[in-house]
Amino acid sequence: MPGISKAFSPILDRIRPGLLLAAFLLVLPALVACGDDDSGDGGTLTVFAAASLTSSFNELGEAFEDANEGVTVEFNFAGSQALATQLAEGASADVFASANLTQMGRVVEADLVDGEPVIFAQNRLAILVPAGNPANVQSILDLGDPDLKLVLAAEDVPVGRYAREVLAIAEQSAEFQNRNPEFTDFNVVSNETNVLQVVTRVRLGEADAGIVYETDVTPDVVGEVTLIPIPPEFNVIADYPIAALSDGDTDLALSFIEFVRSSEGRQILADWGFLPVEPE
Amino acid sequence: MIDQPSPATGADSGRGYPSGGWRRLQRPGALLWASTIVLLGFILVPLLAIFLRGFEDGQLVRPLGDPVVQEALTLSLITTAVSLVVSVLFGTPTAYLLARHRFRGRSVILTLIDLPMVLPPAVAGIALLIAFGRRGVLGPTLSDLFGIELPFTMAAVVMAQTFVAMPLYVRSARAGFETIDDEHLQIAATMGLSRFTIFRVITLPLTLPALLSGAVLTWARALGEFGATIMFAGNFIGRTQTMPLAIYQSLEGGDLSTAIALSGILIVVSFTVLVIFQVLTRSASSMVR
Repeated sequence: MPGISKAFSPILDRIRPGLLLAAFLLVLPALVACGDDDSGDGGTLTVFAAASLTSSFNELGEAFEDANEGVTVEFNFAGSQALATQLAEGASADVFASANLTQMGRVVEADLVDGEPVIFAQNRLAILVPAGNPANVQSILDLGDPDLKLVLAAEDVPVGRYAREVLAIAEQSAEFQNRNPEFTDFNVVSNETNVLQVVTRVRLGEADAGIVYETDVTPDVVGEVTLIPIPPEFNVIADYPIAALSDGDTDLALSFIEFVRSSEGRQILADWGFLPVEPE
Repeated sequence: MIDQPSPATGADSGRGYPSGGWRRLQRPGALLWASTIVLLGFILVPLLAIFLRGFEDGQLVRPLGDPVVQEALTLSLITTAVSLVVSVLFGTPTAYLLARHRFRGRSVILTLIDLPMVLPPAVAGIALLIAFGRRGVLGPTLSDLFGIELPFTMAAVVMAQTFVAMPLYVRSARAGFETIDDEHLQIAATMGLSRFTIFRVITLPLTLPALLSGAVLTWARALGEFGATIMFAGNFIGRTQTMPLAIYQSLEGGDLSTAIALSGILIVVSFTVLVIFQVLTRSASSMVR
């Protein structure tokens, strides 16, 4: 046994647990600190936005960064119900843009919103089918076919709720009942947790049809899917509220919301197929 | 070296005795206990939190009557049972082949069978979808020849679970088969016993603990399967929404109490199975001795 280790081992033996504990305590704050880095001089704006806003808000974010030197915009896109839960469970963000009033309402009820939410855009629903339209869907009346694999978003996802409203309206109509005399229920094969997943199921051809927003045929999926409009008598309007969050950077949040509602912001939203709502 | 005994041991332990160092080594040091306590706390605190929150306002009990919970529990029990049966049926002969025979390409097969174990479940999900999906590599053939469409079915859930969980069983079974002494088998063979009799009378009893522990690990892994399932089988109550998927969807939708109830059930079920498993392996190994 080497002499040095012999001489030191009793001391080392004694202090080793302490050393280890000290090392652990030193590392722990470093790990925790990893979470909050504040980059950019103008600050970072964190926006929680509905999955259906992904493309339009990415462009809005870039335009906002261009207009505000040093500001960085970070997005968290997911189903509005997931975002509302994250916020209620303590996630920190500056802005929340929801695809319906229900999920915004949960955040308002949790007392996390600064001021009042405003509706900044509207959307309509549409049927999405894979390229080639294997099930030959021509209109919403064809969705009653018991062999047609229909994919929706789950009921607590805004687009899932809107889709069920649309299907309920359709089901009541005389045209639908004439077309599907034996109808019992829609053949829903999966309930996805946000609208982009519905698009993916259709895009991969796993579903014969899905119900999504009119804005969901982005350049990414053009050619792989076809949008079939739902006529106004069956359609519903999706309202998108936006709000600044009380524990965030309220000034920056309000200026982002103002930008979204500005003519430039409304133009970007319109380019992506939304119906922008003019501020009163 | 023994002049300064560590604080964990008594002041005169080992002093002057040649066997003192050994005796001291036989007692656990403070570091061992400290690490164990930290680890235990890390595991227990979150698990207990589920029950604390759950019992706070009866959240744990109320959703038990919820059809979502019942459907998910039933579906999970059925699919994991089938996955386990499939894993054992195909895994046992494979493990035996790999343990008892040497042939070219064996190590390649070993690695390939272990692969799903280290693969992220999301990759497994995409792989299954690309292979067996409607527009996948094999999907159209399956559909044309047999009229089978796998995605969004209970079969897809079983496939996802088996894909990620089976390697655990094969691994454990193989390790068990490797420990069997050639002599036992030689004697049995000279007695003129058939392959299956030898397996049933000698191999199986000797390797039962290994097979059981492999089965339990596989079942637990299948029960927890999430990523591959949601990607390949989708999410539909009563058909493909297993417990983990139901937890995910209820948490996302803000239905914390259902998520907590489902988690509580899974913890209790898993714990019970582990206890049964330990009792079983203990009696199995005492049988062997």
